[in-house]
Amino acid sequence: MSDVPALWRDLRRHTTARVALGRAGNGLPTAAHLDFQEAHARARDAVWSALDLDRLEADCAPLGLPVHRVASQAEDRRNYLLRPDLGRRLREADATRLARSPTPGAFLIVVADGLCAEGVQANASALLAALVPLLNAQRMAPGPIVLAQQARVALGDEIGEAMQAAMVAVLIGERPGLSATDSMGIYLTWGPRRGRRDAERNCLSNIRPGGLTPAEAAAKLAWLMQAAMARGGSGVALKDEAPTLGLLA
Amino acid sequence: MPFAHAIGGTRYGFPDLKTLLARATPPRSGDQLAGLAAGSAAERVAAQRALADLPLRHFLTEAVIPYEADEVTRLILDRHDPAAFTPVAHLTVGGLRDWLLAEADTASLAALRPGLTPEMVAATSKLCRLQDLIAIAAKCQVTTRFRNTLGLPGTLSTRLQPNDPVDDPRGVAAAILDGLLLGAGDACIGINPATDNVDATCRLLELLDGVIQRFGIPTQSCVLAHVTTSLLAIQRGAPVDLVFQSIGGTEATNTSFGINLALLREAHDAARSLKRGENVMYFETGQGSALSAEAHHGVDQQTIEARAYAVAREYAPLLVNSVVGFIGPEYLYDGKQITRAGLEDHFCGKLLGLPMGVDVCYTNHAEADQDDMDALMTLLGVAGVTYIMGVPGADDVMLAYQSTSFHDALYLRAALGKRPAPEFESWLERMGLDAASRAGTLPLTPALLGLT
Repeated sequence: MSDVPALWRDLRRHTTARVALGRAGNGLPTAAHLDFQEAHARARDAVWSALDLDRLEADCAPLGLPVHRVASQAEDRRNYLLRPDLGRRLREADATRLARSPTPGAFLIVVADGLCAEGVQANASALLAALVPLLNAQRMAPGPIVLAQQARVALGDEIGEAMQAAMVAVLIGERPGLSATDSMGIYLTWGPRRGRRDAERNCLSNIRPGGLTPAEAAAKLAWLMQAAMARGGSGVALKDEAPTLGLLA
Repeated sequence: MPFAHAIGGTRYGFPDLKTLLARATPPRSGDQLAGLAAGSAAERVAAQRALADLPLRHFLTEAVIPYEADEVTRLILDRHDPAAFTPVAHLTVGGLRDWLLAEADTASLAALRPGLTPEMVAATSKLCRLQDLIAIAAKCQVTTRFRNTLGLPGTLSTRLQPNDPVDDPRGVAAAILDGLLLGAGDACIGINPATDNVDATCRLLELLDGVIQRFGIPTQSCVLAHVTTSLLAIQRGAPVDLVFQSIGGTEATNTSFGINLALLREAHDAARSLKRGENVMYFETGQGSALSAEAHHGVDQQTIEARAYAVAREYAPLLVNSVVGFIGPEYLYDGKQITRAGLEDHFCGKLLGLPMGVDVCYTNHAEADQDDMDALMTLLGVAGVTYIMGVPGADDVMLAYQSTSFHDALYLRAALGKRPAPEFESWLERMGLDAASRAGTLPLTPALLGLT
């Protein structure tokens, strides 16, 4: 039987989980099976999607901030997936180039593909458009922007260290799930340098239409950046004050 | 070099036991990431030949992580039972593989358990093809009890996993009802909480206990919070059936999980003091967790995984499972590596005497799909896996990974002639659930779970 009775189907009102799918013998009815296959196909394609750097740079152009392009030592997506350590290291030429144009004390923005270029492509420019005026109002003029390919979160540490930035916000694509393939996360690190640990960062996640909107995320990030500057640190220390963030949502 | 073997005129040497074990390990991305894997196929088989010739007694004299440096090593060696070891004490690793295939039966394997160390079992698995891992594990019988009996011959159980992204009790209840209608939940009804704190844990425990009592279900509940959270819940008088914890095979891995052996003992004793059931612990493991925590001591991920089973068996758990595909492609790259690791973990756990289940699963950045999961769960079913997970539509909306579904367990039981735990099966029959879900009726009223 593939028609799920109303009483059973009603369970769907209470959850986004795949309940009340019906039975075809012991298997899934065809429609439910193909729903799953479609969701997985979209997630797979999202993992293997690539950043469109020209489009991203054009989207960010109205902000008037300098833009650099870099890549990690992971030479392709397969290598990126297998070697997270390489995704945390800049290619030597990029490291040298960034070190030649230092921006001491800057509030650096890194836009990174992470595990889902689609997620960052879809949300980064909207977030930056909302963030830059907020930071300007806080007298924390941001920039430059660094676009990073085959990048893990910690690549921001080496980028920030090379440019002598005060802090770095890494906007990065999140691992796609079956229900969302366009999600972005943000990791804020004060005093970026190689070897920083995850406990020294603050994270905002699930930034996408239907999750945390880019405008909401920008407000939270601006608050976090100000708090990090006031404390001279990020991570667990800031987390203690996180309830305040609720007021901004 | 203490260990060496020549292949085609090239001599391959291995300076110590942990290097020999690592080089003998079938290929996987995590060992390559750690720089421990064999550099060539020839080096790997040379290591396997050298390992095959190694007397089992050697494992009692050379620890892969020093006795002084690691409480898991101390546990392993202090608990080793020389009398139980006697039947295989004269064998090499290769000889043990042959003995397991040819001589061993269910009774002799049960008697042997305290005589085997995790490293002996891991070493043997490295010489096994998938069919060996399956054939040997299928001879093992490990039975545990709480409100029902798990692991009896011919049974296959499921953990009903009704996770919700925000621990919404209605979402959890809807997934439980869906699972019960499809025959899931005899191993336990176990929730991974979105928030690990004692208030949320107690609320979920009350919800699960209410469902089990209202419908008289012969099963047990678990909220998979940190062991310290469960201890607080016990102190508050919450209805704790099973205490959960993720564990690893080195002291430093366990430190990264915020636990040690003494804490696990305290939790075990606290849960037993409630007198709700006999086997009160639920552990999860997975290859790669030690490397991820930078706590692997240069030991390959599969050997460390087997060492985690020595930790588990110290506390007579009701359930143990390897969450084999959850950790990601940098540890197990694709369906082939996940499949082999799942069967290795099941084999090692069963030989060491654990009620071993496997979370047959993958993430979206691994090279794996539903076909790989169908293959692995079918192989594990043939191997006699104690239980698998049951997740609505195989899609865990909280942990964002794909596991096995309620339907998958129905398929597997039908394909292999397996049945649920007997007490649970009687309950399913009494409630008429299989017929009802085929006919599309609902003998369990959603309103009774607060779903109106």
